[in-house]
Amino acid sequence: MDFDLSPDQREIKDVARELLTARSPMAKVREAAEAAEYDGVLWSELVALGWPGIAVAEEHGGQGLGMVELAVLLEELGYACAATPFLSTATAAALIQAVGSDEQRARWLPGLTSGELRAGIGTRELAADAAGAAVVIMLDGDEAQLVVAPETEDFVSIDPTRRFATVAGEGEPLGPGAADRIRAALAAEVVGVCQRALDMTLAYVKERKQFGVPVGSFQAVAHRCAEMLLGTESARSTAYYAAWAADADPQLLPEAAALASAAAAEAGPSVTAGAIQMHGGIGFTWEADVHWLYKRAQLDAALLGGVKRHHAALARHASAKVRQLT
Amino acid sequence: MDLTFSEPEIAFRDELRAWFAANDAGTEPEGGEDRKNAWRRDFQRRLADGGWAAVHWPREYGGRGATLTESAIFFEELGRSGAPLPINVLGLLLAGPTIMTWGTDRQKERYLSPILTADEIWCQGFSEPDAGSDLASLQTRAVRDGDEWVVTGQKVWTSGAQFSKWCMLVARTDSEAAKHKGLTYFLMDMQQDGVQIRPLRQITGEPEFNELFLDGARIPHENVLGGEGNGWRVALTTLMNERAGLGFFLQVRLRQLLDRVIEEAAPGGLLEDPVLADRLGELHLRTEIVRLTAYRGLTATEKYGQPGPEGSLVKWMWSDTNQWLTQLAADLLGPRALRAGDPWAYELLRARGNSIEGGTTEVLKNIVAERVLGLPKSR
Repeated sequence: MDFDLSPDQREIKDVARELLTARSPMAKVREAAEAAEYDGVLWSELVALGWPGIAVAEEHGGQGLGMVELAVLLEELGYACAATPFLSTATAAALIQAVGSDEQRARWLPGLTSGELRAGIGTRELAADAAGAAVVIMLDGDEAQLVVAPETEDFVSIDPTRRFATVAGEGEPLGPGAADRIRAALAAEVVGVCQRALDMTLAYVKERKQFGVPVGSFQAVAHRCAEMLLGTESARSTAYYAAWAADADPQLLPEAAALASAAAAEAGPSVTAGAIQMHGGIGFTWEADVHWLYKRAQLDAALLGGVKRHHAALARHASAKVRQLT
Repeated sequence: MDLTFSEPEIAFRDELRAWFAANDAGTEPEGGEDRKNAWRRDFQRRLADGGWAAVHWPREYGGRGATLTESAIFFEELGRSGAPLPINVLGLLLAGPTIMTWGTDRQKERYLSPILTADEIWCQGFSEPDAGSDLASLQTRAVRDGDEWVVTGQKVWTSGAQFSKWCMLVARTDSEAAKHKGLTYFLMDMQQDGVQIRPLRQITGEPEFNELFLDGARIPHENVLGGEGNGWRVALTTLMNERAGLGFFLQVRLRQLLDRVIEEAAPGGLLEDPVLADRLGELHLRTEIVRLTAYRGLTATEKYGQPGPEGSLVKWMWSDTNQWLTQLAADLLGPRALRAGDPWAYELLRARGNSIEGGTTEVLKNIVAERVLGLPKSR
């Protein structure tokens, strides 16, 4: 039993944090969001580091690591709220590696890993990075399909740090677990988004004074911060579990992914809403950066399919277990 | 990251499971408190004979020198077996480790072994009517009289006082000193005229706790633990052990209770009703979050000597979840769950104590805010 990142995984996390703190501070995120463009320089750098292929086998040009390592990177990119197509391309590559056919791997992985090709992920109504993508991994309930050369129609969402489109076209089947892997990846990103919202909030409430004292010394504020930690850590416990299950025990993945999805779809919007509230008036302005996190969390929750569908799945898992016992 | 048990841990678990099965762990009798307590006392004696009473204690004191993970496995398996906590749980988890940390050789020699066998049961005399969350403001006074201390005051929420031989008592020995500094930790003999016990009836109707009236109770000076005036530090050792391992017992019990809700409510169409299914799914999620977060805390404690931010959240998560769960059961099962004497009625009422006992949720939030999040001290 070792429910913690390994030293190597922790190092990946530290390297990512350091790089993104330097290259993608909130000022850069804002710049990209307001221009409605991705941060191309950052994306080239991530590609040069080989990160889109972190969970792709070496024979296809990847780094031969797994879902946990991808989750660690996604958490940090979520923390930065970085404006890149990393989530969709790296996650699509990871799941083609894990559940794609040999042919699909040979055809798509080298390009996705090298950054030559890009992928989208999502549903027909809501797909991230689908425009211009070579392939889109399209969720349909608990199944997922691989759509080649998708027909897409762009639309602008409330989250301008990411590009969205609707998708048409029929796809090729993918092996079981594809949808779960996408959700595990999204949940990992949400963990980082929550952590950033919490960290920004803590810094603010320690600094901001009213009635002559830091507002963080008021219990009403302190308790909301404690609740934000609870939400963040609940999402983290389940997201790490899902990532681990994807690598080590895929039989557990359907349930683990539902746990992670439900926890993330709930924690993301509520923790980031807490950040806006704890910032008071300034938190409601365009000028403060917490709204990027709130918007990202809302779109991630939508990509996850919302809380309800996962609660329903979890109710089935829980009762199936009881039936096994009796 | 590896969420599986190692081979030695699995061997430990299997040996324990076999022991519980062979020793009828889940057969606590129904009926009066006396019968139950006699059973629990006997069960702990058997645990001690089998070397299982305190796996986390070092071998030199009769434990197994178990790792934290093995200790967690012990409590999970205990929960799974259907057995109650050992009757001397406060001795095993609190008094024993505190005496190991602060006791003289003579004290260790005298007190530890009868804790294991349940020959001497312990209770905890910390809280007072006017000192709950603000423990350091306690007012029970101990005055030196020759080789003895004479104690006057009142304690409350004392579980198991009626069958305890010893009490971990914190009293004020220096009223001049600053709040935290004038306290001393005593090992007090409960069987004397100066100690009066009055059962405290809780909202379930049963007296799980007691009030303790101390009027001229006498404690020999050699029963001071950790030195005169050092009571706050010694008490912190006790409090730090308060939730050690217990979380894993509670976590398993939570799962068992959820399974029971599903079993009893399924014939009524639980899963067909989307609203109820939603609540059930959410409870399954919360129960898993408690389990997974407890494991993260365990790993952090094993690796770094203390739990990370997540460790301080488990008790809070558990108490919330148990309250939601018992409310769901009451909603699902309808009026029959509200009949006096129904097990679900008991669970519903007992759960209200969860967010109060061992630190209220409000105090836990303060602790999280100050110690984990580094926010300024709040009032």
